[in-house]
Amino acid sequence: MINKKVSGAEEAIRDITDGKTIMLGGFGLCGIPENCIAALVKKGVKELTCISNNAGVDNFGIGLLLKTRQVKKMISSYVGENAEFERQLLSGELEVELIPQGTLATRCMAAGYGMPAIFTPAGVGTEVAEGKEIRNFNGKDYLMEYAFEADFALVKAWKGDTAGNLIFRSTSRNFNPVMAMAGKITIAEVEELVEPGELDPDHIHTPGVYVHRIFQGSAYEKRIEQRTVRPRS
Amino acid sequence: MLDKDGIAKRIAKELKDGYYVNLGIGIPTLVANYIPKGINVVLQSENGLLGMGPFPFEGEEDPDMINAGKQTITTLPGSSIFDSAMSFGMIRSQKIDLTILGAMEVSENGDIANWKIPGKMVKGMGGAMDLVASAKNIIVAMQHINKAGESKLLPKCTLPLTGVNCIRKVVTELAVLDILPEGGFRLIERAPGVSVDFIKQSTAGKLFAEAEVKEMDLN
Repeated sequence: MINKKVSGAEEAIRDITDGKTIMLGGFGLCGIPENCIAALVKKGVKELTCISNNAGVDNFGIGLLLKTRQVKKMISSYVGENAEFERQLLSGELEVELIPQGTLATRCMAAGYGMPAIFTPAGVGTEVAEGKEIRNFNGKDYLMEYAFEADFALVKAWKGDTAGNLIFRSTSRNFNPVMAMAGKITIAEVEELVEPGELDPDHIHTPGVYVHRIFQGSAYEKRIEQRTVRPRS
Repeated sequence: MLDKDGIAKRIAKELKDGYYVNLGIGIPTLVANYIPKGINVVLQSENGLLGMGPFPFEGEEDPDMINAGKQTITTLPGSSIFDSAMSFGMIRSQKIDLTILGAMEVSENGDIANWKIPGKMVKGMGGAMDLVASAKNIIVAMQHINKAGESKLLPKCTLPLTGVNCIRKVVTELAVLDILPEGGFRLIERAPGVSVDFIKQSTAGKLFAEAEVKEMDLN
């Protein structure tokens, strides 16, 4: 097996430099690559284009990179939970491209499946369609949307092995598998890194061929955005 | 006039046994509390879950298990988890029978606006554009009039659109209305104690209403 293991986040992101386009897995703060984000903040790399469903919150997730003005452009579907983001957007400091969530996921998928573009009905007749090619199939209009091109994909998995195979847990799976497939270089941080043979091949969500670097992360905060509970009756 | 729970309760009556349902954030989320007895539905959360269960008991919250509103939730026997691309795959291929979502404005030809107020609020469309573009059956849960008493059921939306000509049913604090294929709202039911005249005054878009319109049954 090819050994993809690196020492940690700093080594994993060593060649992410100013101006790169990076994908970050996660939905809200669920399943985000916490260790890689912290390393990017520490490194101080600037002018990043970030493709991620959300933009974190004011003091966590991608919000940390926004606070330090390391992000030039965000490509997201929903950014509602971040006041600093909204401020930078409305003041014009930050470039933002808002796209439908399914379009975001499927543009990742297209990249991972080697398809240059997809057709989706999402956004037809809205400002999302401006300047885009429209094709009619069976009487319905569809927008042509291109596969993403990302220099790096940063994903978070539950378990992985040194061959790069990944298993996700619960809804922290979300965008991680499709982004893992879409990066030119994919970096996976996992809660538990094991040796090849310890994961059942039938249970692998992301085959190691898509993963270039892997490390066991540490000190996961796994912050909860909306803690909702029911009483014990 | 209905409160938010009243709107959710009325919408819950539209659920049919065997439906896969996507509930949006806000009033639609409340629909889960009023699923009629004997009706089995499976709730989809577009972040990658079919079979959404209730909130966890205190102390059992799992940060890896959330719904599309980022709330901690649980699974049910028979639940399944998948990635975001598959989640929207099942939405686009119309495996989800019913979508319930909120709106800021709906027009008489079925256009919907719910994601942006230029210069003021830019949260993003999330999955709403995908849902309205593909779903075969959409119910909008919304306020009929704003705080100033102005109608949100309009001849034409003033806000940036989420989808075009896609909404067929609207439930508000005042009424249940269908949107006719040829355009225009048709008053189907009125909320308890609300007159047809008040609904007429509160609807800026074209409204078709009989002189007698039945009152909603919320039981």
